[in-house]
Amino acid sequence: MDGWLAEIIGKFNYWVYVVLMMTGFYAMIRKNNLVKKLLGMNIFQTAIILLYISMGSKVGGKIPILDKQQALEGAVQVAGVVNPLPHVLMLTAIVVSVSVTGVALAVVLRIYKEYGTIDEDQILERIGKS
Amino acid sequence: MNHNLPVLVLAFPLLAAFAVNLLGKISKKHVAPWTLASLSLSAVASSWVLMDVLQTGKFTYTVGGWMAPYGIELVLDPLSALMLALVSWVALVATFSALPSIKQEMPGREHLFFSLYLILVSGMMGLVITGDAFNLYVLLEITSITTYGLIAMGKGRAPLSSFNYIIVGTIGACFYLLGVGYLYLLTGTLNMADIASRLPALYESPTAATAFCFLMVGLWIKMAFFPLHGWLPNAYTHAPKGAGVLVAPLMTKVSVFLMIRIIFSIYSPEYAFLGHAGIKNLVVWAAAIAIVCASLLALAQKDFVKMLSYIIVAEVGYLVGGVWLANQQGLTGAIFHVLNDSLMTLCFFVAASAIAYRTGKSRIEDFRGLFKKMPLTMLALCVGALSVVGVPPTCGFFSKWFLLLGGVQAGQWEFVAALIFSSLVNAVLFYRVFEVAFSQPEEGASLELEGSRTLEVPAMMIPPLVVVTVALLAIGLSAGPLVREVIRFAIPSL
Amino acid sequence: MRTLQQDAHIRMPWQDMILQTAVRVLIPFIQLFGLYVIVHGHYSPGGGFQGGVILGAAIILMALVFGLRASMHYISENANKTLSILGPFVFCFIGVLCIVFGGGFLDYGALDSIIPLGWNEWRSFGIFLVELGVGVGVMSIMLRIYRVLSSAGTMDKGL
Repeated sequence: MDGWLAEIIGKFNYWVYVVLMMTGFYAMIRKNNLVKKLLGMNIFQTAIILLYISMGSKVGGKIPILDKQQALEGAVQVAGVVNPLPHVLMLTAIVVSVSVTGVALAVVLRIYKEYGTIDEDQILERIGKS
Repeated sequence: MNHNLPVLVLAFPLLAAFAVNLLGKISKKHVAPWTLASLSLSAVASSWVLMDVLQTGKFTYTVGGWMAPYGIELVLDPLSALMLALVSWVALVATFSALPSIKQEMPGREHLFFSLYLILVSGMMGLVITGDAFNLYVLLEITSITTYGLIAMGKGRAPLSSFNYIIVGTIGACFYLLGVGYLYLLTGTLNMADIASRLPALYESPTAATAFCFLMVGLWIKMAFFPLHGWLPNAYTHAPKGAGVLVAPLMTKVSVFLMIRIIFSIYSPEYAFLGHAGIKNLVVWAAAIAIVCASLLALAQKDFVKMLSYIIVAEVGYLVGGVWLANQQGLTGAIFHVLNDSLMTLCFFVAASAIAYRTGKSRIEDFRGLFKKMPLTMLALCVGALSVVGVPPTCGFFSKWFLLLGGVQAGQWEFVAALIFSSLVNAVLFYRVFEVAFSQPEEGASLELEGSRTLEVPAMMIPPLVVVTVALLAIGLSAGPLVREVIRFAIPSL
Repeated sequence: MRTLQQDAHIRMPWQDMILQTAVRVLIPFIQLFGLYVIVHGHYSPGGGFQGGVILGAAIILMALVFGLRASMHYISENANKTLSILGPFVFCFIGVLCIVFGGGFLDYGALDSIIPLGWNEWRSFGIFLVELGVGVGVMSIMLRIYRVLSSAGTMDKGL
């Protein structure tokens, strides 16, 4: 019992990310509205971004902005500073997420012009009829 | 060789993409020269790089002068140099077919299409030579996003197919990102060589296994390994023909190459194949089922391009099975088959694009009388069909031979049976196409062509047909020297 | 130099005094902040993409409150298209320029031969030129995405 509780509460941020990821994944698969699928995709990608950010955090860690004087003196304690590399990687991932969302919204616009609806069931009906 | 040459191979199409977009707004005449010039320069440069790497061995290039493992490295060993040459030459040959096709399909918007096209080509080139795991994710997404855009530019059901591809493709890329995240959590570095040196001490941890699973599944989605292939047939069928000609031969094969990279350069073959007993057999069984199901699905298709897409799914099954056979023959066969399959798919899609250009039809039953009307196209299609069935001296025979030998040696009889079954099914598929094409058109012909005059494709579309036909035969005839001189060095040491 | 008062005749019919006054005052400060974020990219948190998004957000705010046509008078569609291509082009061009002058790709030390500042100074400062290009590119692309989506591709209807 103790082991289980320690697993859940000690790593509770990772559990939150897993729940978020599965929510996004469920939305991508189950929802019929195309824009809701896109929102699910965004939630999924955001959960992964959060996972990376929490990788770099440290208990009692300082912000990774160096004071010039301190850095020149060499008095910076690297082990006590939060790891900035995952933050930088996730900036790139956010850019990718924005690009995919932009392209997907433009594609949804074209689908709407073509079929007059963005509900997947109705679109498949209209394709089946034509 | 100038040591900057690998990056220049990447930089030429990228700069040309921006130039084509800007200058294309002024006048459409600028699109073709810039595209062809930059891709030719890339192709020549990549061949030079390949010859140099075969002579002097592996070569790494640090971008920006920041040393590894902090900076991004480009790794050029014989396998990646071979893939680089393949990507640039296939792109160049495909462009000859894409230019007239796009001019017919979307006049006035060619500059937009070709700027996306060139960014896709340079992204794929970067994908095969990068040595940094996160850079791979960025380039994977660059190629995917441009592919989504290129496919969505088509007519009819193209935007819907592209949307499906967006959803599934993003899941695949996110799984890859998760895998890289777990690897970073374990080892603290993103450089592939550095991860490979730090990982062996940590092989027992479940995180390494989880990372491996996520990486594999993400790449299997990207390469359309059955049953994760759902996006491929619709996406490639409804895409504009000029996009299909570039994307179909290359995207899935590059993803197979990435899988080889991960198994051999990040994890070691011992871990992947011997570490968790039974995984290897499961994957080869899955590949055999993939080949059989995809071939059966191809039999059911009435549309020529959709049939070709299911053949691509079956070929991916060959490749995944060949890699996971875990012996020298299987891996030789898989790498050789990557080369051959790109050329065969290029041949099929160029022929389909030529037929669509002249007749606008893509259903098999509308191909009546095509042998008389478009002899050169049908000749290319013949050679391609012989290659995919596996008839010597075309190259398809030799790579299948290696795969069969590997399957027998590893004792995976289901894989051998699936390969033979698939060859028979391919023979049936193409016999059906040729039977219709040989027959005479009825009275009131459905093809709107007069008399029996041949109505061949425009001059620009002829070079790809000729080049691909010659290449399929030449590579087949020189298979022995090719395997000995080039591919043997490309196999990562087992 | 046009001011927003001069473009009054092309504003949307409904006029919310509070929003328009507030936004009219805020936009220059948002743009200044965006430039600040771009310039500080190589020294503290910030950079090309972040600053570019803030700059783009300033103009999108203008489009939201004053109408799409007002923002088109501010940055015309042709200028926007050209900027969106020139931004990333500057990035690649500087990379290849470094190769031409003898270094590797994006090895800013090689640019020392054009403007002699010192090899170390160039390696620290070179990224700034790239960030400028990226920032301008991102701003115009954000604006383009907003314009295309909000006018359903036609670009002649506002909000």
